[in-house]
Amino acid sequence: MAYSEKVLDHYENPRNVGSFAKEDGEVGTGMVGAPACGDVMKLQIKVDPSTGVIQDAKFKTYGCGSAIASSSLVTEWVKGKTLDEAMNIKNTAIAEELALPPVKIHCSILAEDAIKAAVEDYKKKHGA
Amino acid sequence: MKFPIYLDYSATTPVDPRVAQAMIPWLTENFGNPASRSHAYGWTAEEAVETSREHVAALVGADPKEIVWTSGATESNNLAIKGAAHFYASKGKHLITLKTEHKAVLDTMRELERTGFEVTYMDVQENGLIDLEAFKAALRPDTTVVSVMFVNNEIGVIQPIAELGEICRARGIIFHVDAAQATGKVDIDLGALKVDLMSFSAHKTYGPKGIGALYVRRKPRVRLEAQMHGGGHERGMRSGTLATHQIVGMGEAFRLAKLEMGAERERIRALRDRLLAGLTTMEETFVNGDMEARVPHNLNISFAYVEGESLIMAIKDVAVSSGSACTSASLEPSYVLRALGRNDELAHSSIRFSIGRFTTEEEVNYTIELLHNKIGKLRELSPLWEMVKEGVDLNTVQWAAH
Repeated sequence: MAYSEKVLDHYENPRNVGSFAKEDGEVGTGMVGAPACGDVMKLQIKVDPSTGVIQDAKFKTYGCGSAIASSSLVTEWVKGKTLDEAMNIKNTAIAEELALPPVKIHCSILAEDAIKAAVEDYKKKHGA
Repeated sequence: MKFPIYLDYSATTPVDPRVAQAMIPWLTENFGNPASRSHAYGWTAEEAVETSREHVAALVGADPKEIVWTSGATESNNLAIKGAAHFYASKGKHLITLKTEHKAVLDTMRELERTGFEVTYMDVQENGLIDLEAFKAALRPDTTVVSVMFVNNEIGVIQPIAELGEICRARGIIFHVDAAQATGKVDIDLGALKVDLMSFSAHKTYGPKGIGALYVRRKPRVRLEAQMHGGGHERGMRSGTLATHQIVGMGEAFRLAKLEMGAERERIRALRDRLLAGLTTMEETFVNGDMEARVPHNLNISFAYVEGESLIMAIKDVAVSSGSACTSASLEPSYVLRALGRNDELAHSSIRFSIGRFTTEEEVNYTIELLHNKIGKLRELSPLWEMVKEGVDLNTVQWAAH
C-alpha cells in the first residue's frame, strides 16, 4: 500500500510519544479502539486548569501506519487549543492533512474519538 | 547486500540461472511444437519434454508416464480434485480436506459443493498437524477423495502423508496431495507413499512460473475427468500445446533439486536456526506451527502487541509475508493461523520468513538486527505493550467499540 509522505513522516518520526501519569489532575486520558480491530489509540492531554488550554499532549498507538500518523498529528494539533477548540477537530481535517485513502478513513475517525475521550476524561475529573 | 532482502521463498523463488540458461534455446532455436510428428522440429521438442518428464519423475520416485504437465499447482489441484471427484461420483460424493489447505484446494472444494458434493473441512491441532484419529473418524462409506497438503505454505509443517496414504488406500479412497511447497525440501518417494495424485509447481523450486505437473498413479490406476478439452495432449488428461521452454525449465529445476537438496537443506537449517535464535530472544514472540514436523525453510513468528501492517511497514528492508492480508479495508487475519487457535491479534502480528537457495548468513544477521530495532520501537509506541508491562491483563479490559 502506498502511503503519503506526511503519513510516512509521522510514522518514521512520531511526535509526542509517551505517557503522562493517569492520576494527575491536569491530565485527561482517552483510550479508543480494540486490539481485535487492529487499532488502539491512547491520547493524553495536559491542561492548564486556570486557562483551560491544552499545554501538552502525548500518545501511544497500536495500529497501522495511518493510525500512528493520525494520532501523532492530533498531539500537535491539540496543543495550545482550549478544550472546546480541541473538541472541534474533525476527522475530515485529519484525513485531508494526511491524504488518507478511503480505506484508512477509520484511522482519522479513531483519532477524533481519542481527542473527545481525553477531553471528557479531563472534564469528568473536574466535575464538569 | 541487495535490498529488500528476499525472505519470501515460499511465495516464489527466483529462477536458478542454470535453469534460465537451459530454457533459452527452447524459445528461439528449438521452437518446434512437441506434438508435431512430421519433422525434426517437433521430434527435438518432444525429446526435451520427455527428458524433463524423467527429471520431474525422478525427484519424486514416480514413473515418467505418471507425470502430466499443467500450468502450475493451482491447475494441478483443480484437475486432481475435480477430475477425481467427478470421475468417481457414482461411488460417493463426500470429500475431505483441511482448513489449512491452500486456497487452490479450498476454493476447488467450494466449487464442488456448489455442484452437489459434500466436503468436510477438518480442523488441525494447535501445532498445525492433522489428528489421524479425527481423520479416521471423519471418513465415511461415501468418501471418495481426500486432499491434504504435504508442506503448509504459511507455517511449513509437514503432514503425515505416509500414514494418511495407508488409511486411504485401505478404504479405496483417492488420496491427493498438494506438494507445491514440498519439492526440493522433503524427500518424496511415490514408490513407497500410497498417494494417488500429487500436485507440483516449478516456481517454488527455482523453476519458471506458469508450469507445473500432476502425478497420476498408474498402479493401481487412477482415473480423472479432464478439465481442459482440446487436442488430447497428455493422454487426454490435459489438452493444450506443451510449453517446451517452461517444461525444460521445470525439468532442469527438479534435476538440480534432486542433486542438491540434501546439502541445501542443511545449509538452510543452519540459517533458520540462527534466525530463530536471534528473534526469539525478544519477549513475547511465538513460533507458529510444529518445530519438528517442519521444513527448515519456513519460520513463522508472531510478535505480540505489535500490529501487523505497521510491522510490515517498519521492516520494508526485508521482503516477507504477513499473517494478515492487507489487501482491503480491514485486515483479514490468516485463516491458517486462526485454524491453529491463534487469536486475531497474534495472527495479525505474525511474519512468515522463508529462506532459500540464495539466502546468506549476512542477510539473516541483518534481518535479526532490524527486527530487534523495529519491534522495540513499535512496542515503545504500543499502548498494549505499556499495559502489559504494567501488569494489566488485556483480556479483562473493556475496549471502547468503534
